[in-house]
Amino acid sequence: MSALDVARPAILVEGLCKRFGETQALDGLNLRAPAGTVLGLLGPNGAGKTTAVRILTTLLLPDKGRAQVAGLDVVRRAGRLRAQIGLTGQYAAVDEFLTGRENLEMFGRLYRLPRRRARARADELLGRFDLEGAATRVVKTYSGGMRRRLDLAASLIVSPPVLFLDEPTTGLDPRSRLGMWELIEELVAGGTTLLLTTQYLDEADRLADRIAVIDSGRVIAEGTSDELKRLVGGERIELTVTSHDSLDRAREVLGRHIPQGESVQVEEGARRVSAPVEGGAGRLVDVVRELDAAEVALDDLALRRPTLDDVFLSLTGHEAEVDAGEGKL
Amino acid sequence: MSTTRRRPEDQGREDQRPAELDRGEARRGRARPPGARRQRRSGERRLYWMWHDTMVIAERGLRQTTRIPELLVFATVQSAMFVFLFRYVFGGAIHVGKGVSYVNYLMAGIFVQTVAFGAVAGTGVGLAEDLQQGLVDRFRTLPMSRMAVLLGRTLADLARNGISVIVMLLVGIAVGFRPQGGHLGWLAAIGLLLMLSFSFSWVGAAIGLAVRNPEAVQSAGLIWLFPFTFASSAFVPIATMPGWLQAFAENQPITKLVDAVRAWALGQSAGSAGWVALAWCLGVLAVSMLLAVRFYRRAATLK
Repeated sequence: MSALDVARPAILVEGLCKRFGETQALDGLNLRAPAGTVLGLLGPNGAGKTTAVRILTTLLLPDKGRAQVAGLDVVRRAGRLRAQIGLTGQYAAVDEFLTGRENLEMFGRLYRLPRRRARARADELLGRFDLEGAATRVVKTYSGGMRRRLDLAASLIVSPPVLFLDEPTTGLDPRSRLGMWELIEELVAGGTTLLLTTQYLDEADRLADRIAVIDSGRVIAEGTSDELKRLVGGERIELTVTSHDSLDRAREVLGRHIPQGESVQVEEGARRVSAPVEGGAGRLVDVVRELDAAEVALDDLALRRPTLDDVFLSLTGHEAEVDAGEGKL
Repeated sequence: MSTTRRRPEDQGREDQRPAELDRGEARRGRARPPGARRQRRSGERRLYWMWHDTMVIAERGLRQTTRIPELLVFATVQSAMFVFLFRYVFGGAIHVGKGVSYVNYLMAGIFVQTVAFGAVAGTGVGLAEDLQQGLVDRFRTLPMSRMAVLLGRTLADLARNGISVIVMLLVGIAVGFRPQGGHLGWLAAIGLLLMLSFSFSWVGAAIGLAVRNPEAVQSAGLIWLFPFTFASSAFVPIATMPGWLQAFAENQPITKLVDAVRAWALGQSAGSAGWVALAWCLGVLAVSMLLAVRFYRRAATLK
């Protein structure tokens, strides 16, 4: 973020504020995404992710602050900006009563493509998103994953340089989720700048170059996924022993597996021992063998990967508060 | 070159063209950048695109109608039910004066009621659903005309309402409706009904965008229409109502509309009712358009 950074960012947000009645949805949000990169906006429901996306896609006016997308001010150059962006929101915004092809054709023509080109583009996208077989079916009959794919296709009709995906996989089954991830990765490989909001750390981890963690309308941490993980502490082994007598032996075993500079935590009352580890499942197997050899009986044993809650816990000291009432902000 | 899409067989000839011809083409403005004309043309171009987008949205509306035929079917079945009830159940007890059969009296009321309810509910619920499904959001992020989202839908609904009027006419004829009006009279009656449809669609649009919940729009859109259609000359002569109600019934727009449509359909003189009805429609249209556009802007910014 030095002054020498000459590349104009595709997304630049400075001091953005937005209030809805009593709720301060955005409270001085700052973001920056260089062209061709993926910025992940990670946060719980009600953190202000969707509000930020809605302002950046000209759907909402900010109260204060400044935002530029593709070099265009989102308030003063809104009309021009709309030809440069694509948005796929939390719910699939396609017409249920039209077929997949009719939907894409309609959006293509609203992007002002001539009818013939809109049709050609629709067919191209249907093929690319694996929807050819369903092209002439009414969207009402589509599965959730198919709808999302169609929705994503609709925002790619004019290959916009900047794309916004607001929780693109929320509510999808694991297989469709993976499919979406692969599609998104292909897009990004083509040079599209992407702002992605998500509640899932693994999603941000996989797709984003940089991640901004937001809480109460403000960025509370920003960095690459590795940087954030270091902040949170990576994987941990957590175990609960059957009797207090074996606590010391469990501590000793875990002590042999922790990275340098780390320590084993013991909660006597809960008979719980935990420690940060590296090496994942393989390490877990080693630990189990050694505990067995040391005759430590276990009630519970788990390898925990950091979740959004962990990120929040370590960054804010409180867990991610899920406020259903603000879920749609 | 200005012409980008040429068929291959034209290309050979094109290449042999003398250079002057190309310049001539340029002089006619085809190859020249708009330049000074841009200013004057930007208004025109905006109108052109608004119309283009409106037609795309209208086409979508008409497609929807063919995909959900239930909407049209239920709307017409409901109106047909009214025809049967009034023609055969209440009709015998209602006296509309000498020389006019009740079924001839009734049908103008049915037309107006069908169109008014169909327009308000159809457009209102449709827009509320678009809002709920996030489609309005998508439209608003497109580089398209904002007015087109509303105009396209109201025009598609106009076509749908035109069909229900035709169906009602056939139902009426089946139960003995024998209008005596001439061509001009019918033309005026249909024109007024379409005007009613268009302006009440905008009322529906305003309600749909303000209320937003499709089920609530259904009731909010229709509840106020009942007193207007029933406390009017649609089904019974106003003279049979108590005095205080007559004052309302005689002067409210539905009565004027029904009176005009009835007179024209039956080949009578509509007197001032036609003009008054048209003025009402235009007034309602202007106010509800203003409101709908304002609510449309707010609808997406509020969330």
